[in-house]
Amino acid sequence: MVSLLRNQRVRNVLLQVLYVGSLVALVLAGVMIARRNLAEQGITSGFDFLYKSTGWDVNFSLLPVTANDPYWWFFLIGIVNTLFLGSVGLLLATVVGTIVGLARTSSNELARLLGRTYVDVFRNIPLILQVFFWYAIITHLPTPRAAHEAWGMLLTSRGLYLPAPNVGGVAMALAILSVIAAVVLPVWLGRTSRLSQPVGERRTIQLAGMATALACAVLILIVGRLPDAPLLDFPALQGLNLRGGLRIPPEFSALAVAIAIYGGSYIAEIVRGGFKAVGKGQVEAALSLGLSPWRVFTLVKLPLALRAMLPILANQYVWLIKATTMGIAVGFTDFFMIVALTINHSGQTLEAIGILMAGFLTINLSLAAVFNRINKAIALKGNQLRG
Amino acid sequence: MEMVFVAPPAPRRIEDLKRRFFATPVQALLSLISLAVMVFLAWKLLNWAIFSAVFTTSGGPEACQAAAGACWSVIAARWRIILFGLYPFEEQWRSALACVAVVVMTVLSCMPAFWTGRRIALVWGAGTALYYMLMKGGVLGLAYVGEEAWGGLALTLFIFVTTCLIGFPLAICLALLRRSELPWISRTTGIIIDSVRSLPLISILFTFAIVLPFALPQWLAGDKLYRVILGSALFFSAYQAEIVRGGLQGVPNGQEEAAMALGMSYWQRIGRILLPQAMRNALPATINQFVISFKETSLVVIVGFFEILASGNAAYGTGEWRFAYVEVYAFIAFIYFVFVFSLSRYGAFLERRMSVGER
Repeated sequence: MVSLLRNQRVRNVLLQVLYVGSLVALVLAGVMIARRNLAEQGITSGFDFLYKSTGWDVNFSLLPVTANDPYWWFFLIGIVNTLFLGSVGLLLATVVGTIVGLARTSSNELARLLGRTYVDVFRNIPLILQVFFWYAIITHLPTPRAAHEAWGMLLTSRGLYLPAPNVGGVAMALAILSVIAAVVLPVWLGRTSRLSQPVGERRTIQLAGMATALACAVLILIVGRLPDAPLLDFPALQGLNLRGGLRIPPEFSALAVAIAIYGGSYIAEIVRGGFKAVGKGQVEAALSLGLSPWRVFTLVKLPLALRAMLPILANQYVWLIKATTMGIAVGFTDFFMIVALTINHSGQTLEAIGILMAGFLTINLSLAAVFNRINKAIALKGNQLRG
Repeated sequence: MEMVFVAPPAPRRIEDLKRRFFATPVQALLSLISLAVMVFLAWKLLNWAIFSAVFTTSGGPEACQAAAGACWSVIAARWRIILFGLYPFEEQWRSALACVAVVVMTVLSCMPAFWTGRRIALVWGAGTALYYMLMKGGVLGLAYVGEEAWGGLALTLFIFVTTCLIGFPLAICLALLRRSELPWISRTTGIIIDSVRSLPLISILFTFAIVLPFALPQWLAGDKLYRVILGSALFFSAYQAEIVRGGLQGVPNGQEEAAMALGMSYWQRIGRILLPQAMRNALPATINQFVISFKETSLVVIVGFFEILASGNAAYGTGEWRFAYVEVYAFIAFIYFVFVFSLSRYGAFLERRMSVGER
C-alpha cells in the first residue's frame, strides 16, 4: 500500500479522484439536503411548475402578457427584457464611449481635459448608486398634468412618453429590420467582391442601397398602419393620466441612462487604448500618401484601432449585459428579477437557479461566439506589422 | 538690431495660447466648444453646490426647500445614519474608529515595506481583528453589538475587507489548481472559475443569501452576512485567479526549471520563485480588481443589508427630507469617489513605477 503511494502515477490518479470526487459529493449533498428541505415544505421538485400560471403583473414587456400566463412565458419575457435593455444600454454606452474616447485622444488639450474629467468622475462611482440616482431623478419629475413637453414627447414621473406610429406589430418588426438593413447594406456593398466596380467608386451604389432600404421601411409603415387612425399617435392628457403614444417606464430609462453613462466611461478608455495602439508609422505613411486627415482617420486609424479594441470590447459588453440585473434594485422585470420572483412565489429554488445559470451561460457564450467570429473576420491576414 | 531679441513676454504667452488652442479653425472651434461646455457645467455645479446652497440645519427642511441650490443641511442632520447606520448612537465612536483601522490597514499595505507575504498577512489579520473587536464588542468592557445592527460605511468597509481577505488566498489556490498538470484537476477548476465569472454578482449574492440555507444543514448555515461575504469572496477570487494565472504565465519557464535543478520542492518553487514574480506582473490588474470589488460591495444593498447606500436611502426616506435625494446621493458618491479614485491613482502610480504596463 505504502509503496503504491510512492508511485507518482498512482498518486496523481488518487489526487484527481479525491479532488473531483469531493467536489461532486459537496454539490450532491447540497442538492439532496435542499430537496429534503423543500419536500418538507410540500414543494415537489421538477420542472412541472413551468406550465402553471403565475398571476403576476409586469411593468415592462415587449411580448403580450396576462396574469394567467405560465412561468415559462414569464421567463421568456424576462430574457427578452434583459436582452432589450442590454442592447439599448450597449448602443448608448458605445456612442457615449466613442465620443468621450475620441475627445481623450484628440489633439486639443481642452477636449482631452473634458474627456478625462468625465471618465474620472463616472468610473469611480458604483453603477448601482447611479441607477438609484437616475431613478430618483426620474420619479421626482412633474406629474402628468405638469409634464415637460418637447416635440410631442412628454417627460413625467410616470415615464417618458413618445409619439408612436399606429402600426401593427409585424409591420413594425419588418420596418425595424429594413432600417437595420439600411445601415448594414452600404457597408456590405463597400466590401463585397461580387461587384465589378473598384472599391473606391461604389459611392452611388451604396447610396442607392441605403435609399432603397429606407424607402422599404417607409412603405411598410404606410401599408401596415392600423385602419382609421392617424399615422403618428401623440400622447395626450386624459383625466389624470396620459393616454396614447409609447410609454418608456422610469425603471427602464433609469437603467439605460446609468448603463450608458457608466459603461460609456469604460468604453471610452477602451477606445482610447485602441487608438493609442495604432502605429505612428502607419499614420505617417498614410499622411505622406497625401490622404486628407478625415480619410486617414476612416481608412487607416479606425480600422486598425477597431482590431485592437474588439476583444476587450467583447469583455466589456458581456459585463454590461450582466449589469442589467441591477434592474431588481428599481423593480425592472429583467431575467434575474423573474427568477427571484419565481423562487419567492413557487419555492422552486433549485430549478429557478438552474434556469438562471443556463440563461446567463447561453447569453455569455453566444456573445463571445459572435465576437470571436467578427474578430476572425476582420483580423489582418498573414504577416502583419505592429508597433 | 538688438531690439529684435528682446521680445516682450506678453505676446509670447498669447502666441503660445494660439499655438495650443487655435492652431487651425477646427482646433479653435473644438476649443471654444469645450470651453463653453466646461464653463457652463462648472458654473451650474458651483452655483448649485456652493453659492445658492444651504449648509446649516438652523432653518430646518423648510429653509432648504425655499433655496435654489443644494440642501447640505440634510447631510448635517443625517450624516450619522449615513455613516453608521443603525449602530447604537452612544457607541458610534467605535464604528468610526473601526473605519479608521481599515483605512490605516489599507494605507499600510500600499507601502512597499510591507510587501512580503508574511507582513501583509499580519497587517490584514491585525486590522480585521481590530475592526471586528471594535464593532462587535463584548470584550475589554465594550458593549456587545450584533452584526444586524452594523451599517453604513463601516459595514461597506467590512464586507470589502473580508471579501479580499478570504478571496485573495482562494484566488491563489484556484490559479494554482488551474495550472496543475493533472488534467482533471485543472479542467474542473477551469469550469468552476468560468461559470462563476459568467454569472452576474447579484445572482451569486442572492444565491448565497437566500438560497443556500436550503442546501446546507442548519448548523452550517451561519449568519446571512457571512454567507454573503463568502459569495462575494468567491466571485472576487474567480476574477483574481485569472489575473494571478496571467501573472504566472508571465514568469519565464527558465525560472521554474532553474528552481527544479536546485532541487527545490513544489511548495518552495511556488512560494519563493514563482508567486513573488507572478504577483509583481499581476499588480496593476490586481489593484484594478480591488477597485472594482470595492465598488461592487454596494450591490449587497439588494439582498437587504444596511450598508452605505441603503442607509443613504433611509436618510432621505423620512418625510421631512424627502426632497433632498440628490444631495444624499452626491454625498455617498463623493465618499465612494474618494476611496476609489485614490486607489486607482495609486494603481496608476505603481504601474508607472514598475513600468510593467507598457512593453
